[in-house]
Amino acid sequence: MSASEMPKFSEERLAEIDALVKRYPSAKSALMPVLYMAQQDFGYLSMDTQQMVADVLKLRLMEVREVVTFYTMFKEQPHGKYLLEVCTNASCMLNGADALYAQMKETLGIGPGEITEDGLFSIAEVECAGACAGAPVVQVNNIYHEKATAESMEALITKVRAGEAI
Amino acid sequence: MISSDPKKVQRICFDNIEVKDMHKLEVAKKHGAYAFLPTVLNEFDTDKIIDEVKTSGLRGRGGAGFPTGLKWSFVPRNTGKPTYLLCNADEGEPGTFKDRDIMRFDPHLLIEGMIMAGFALGVKDAYIYVRGEFLHEYNVMCEAINEAYAANLLGDNILGTGFSMNLMMHRGAGAYICGEETALIESLEGKSGRPRFKPPFPAVEGFYGCPTVVNNVETISTVPAILEHGGAWHAAIGKPNNTGCKIFSVSGHVNKPGNYEVPMGTSLRTLVEDFCGGLQHGTVPKVVIPGGSSTPWLMGEHYDVPLTYDDIMKAGSFLGSGAIIIMDETADVVAVTRRLAHFYAHESCGQCTPCREGTGWVERILNRVDAGEGTQADIKVLKDASTHMAGRTICALAEGAAAPVLSMLKFFPEEVEAKLAEKSS
Repeated sequence: MSASEMPKFSEERLAEIDALVKRYPSAKSALMPVLYMAQQDFGYLSMDTQQMVADVLKLRLMEVREVVTFYTMFKEQPHGKYLLEVCTNASCMLNGADALYAQMKETLGIGPGEITEDGLFSIAEVECAGACAGAPVVQVNNIYHEKATAESMEALITKVRAGEAI
Repeated sequence: MISSDPKKVQRICFDNIEVKDMHKLEVAKKHGAYAFLPTVLNEFDTDKIIDEVKTSGLRGRGGAGFPTGLKWSFVPRNTGKPTYLLCNADEGEPGTFKDRDIMRFDPHLLIEGMIMAGFALGVKDAYIYVRGEFLHEYNVMCEAINEAYAANLLGDNILGTGFSMNLMMHRGAGAYICGEETALIESLEGKSGRPRFKPPFPAVEGFYGCPTVVNNVETISTVPAILEHGGAWHAAIGKPNNTGCKIFSVSGHVNKPGNYEVPMGTSLRTLVEDFCGGLQHGTVPKVVIPGGSSTPWLMGEHYDVPLTYDDIMKAGSFLGSGAIIIMDETADVVAVTRRLAHFYAHESCGQCTPCREGTGWVERILNRVDAGEGTQADIKVLKDASTHMAGRTICALAEGAAAPVLSMLKFFPEEVEAKLAEKSS
């Protein structure tokens, strides 16, 4: 990759990061919020993006790597435009989450870590989302869909494929 | 409005939870938010506030149940270092979803509690660490904090009282262990969330080595009512040593799962039958997990247990975060245990060998047993591994991982045997 293709934060982002860093006792505390910004701007955290974050916060790459690899919400691989995360922990399991997850995988024709051919979807099984009254819970790009059913998820998938807002 | 007569109090944190647009400052103020704050900032001091909170009997609502006033009194004064106040909104214990409702429906209650607690502890910078998945709640809180700054309820010289405090939201990123207070501190320092050895306790050496108090959302949100009505008022609600009200997050096989705040001492049966619309099947639960997935199971015979820290402990478990997972007669307890084992193996931070290896062993064995491929030798290892990883690690995750396994083996040996028999048949 040539230098011109390396990921680069916009000037607005850099100003935002400057302001953010001042609100913590040390710049290192800003690492997680800055990783979220990078993920939002570049889709996922490639090694080049992680290096850029390290440079911006004046950290070593390894300090960034330690954090990226520890937390499940930081993604090192690209995923579909819509990431469907199905909670299958106890309360969701007791309310049919396993069958829902299986059905969704079948509808999409993919498993975890894969992307549908149209680039629209990825699916993952996740741990307790902290919304157990709405079990089973599916997060769609971090938006909670509670009391999800195979039908409601199929309707959502159909809408996305038709280019409609969800 | 909360009654000043403790006998009439049914809810504290959820007093205004159904009020429409309560997340907006204007609406919150109409319902009493920040009304008592000037009195606290002008007329109270550190000793008075800590005394009131001690008198109130308030115990930490995050899981450990440690007396809040006592925790605050451990913070050394005049160290020359800043003191930090961190609110634990990581809410990751399976079954727990109460703090989410406070944050999304009544964020100003939490902010007011943070200002009062921060004032008591001489805090200049306070942070609310919210789990990364709660993006909506994070946004609601950020908006409410912005409104509070604009109204001079946060920032420099709050309401002209001379007290200044900053408050900021900080998102986690999907790690259960960060709900452990020292892991939370590590995470807020921009590192992986690995719990620290204690002592030193955070009160003495916490965030960047400075005195730090970490309190749960519900705990902090109880503080405004305590200071307004007095510690003695709070102490008269609920039961002795188990004072006040508590939010219970009830999920699983009940007809109306949800968050219900009730006075401490309300019976489990009342909560399930009167608030949650009863069980989906049958009349008595098969399993009750009383305080989040890390707490030992209770059985149908405990259905009338009063919901207090002490009564649940007497029954053999812990009140924990008040996350009650109910399983009715249709539940496959081995499958549920297998799923929880996967959770703990996934969430072990990996720094202590007994937990890192033990949770993995337990998960692999339970996968075999649940698939009908287990042996008697597996059951022995399951018991040994669970027993021996508990108590031999820096934090309590391993104990939490062992609890469901040991409960399953203790209460449902015949269901485990039936899974083993699937192999031989």
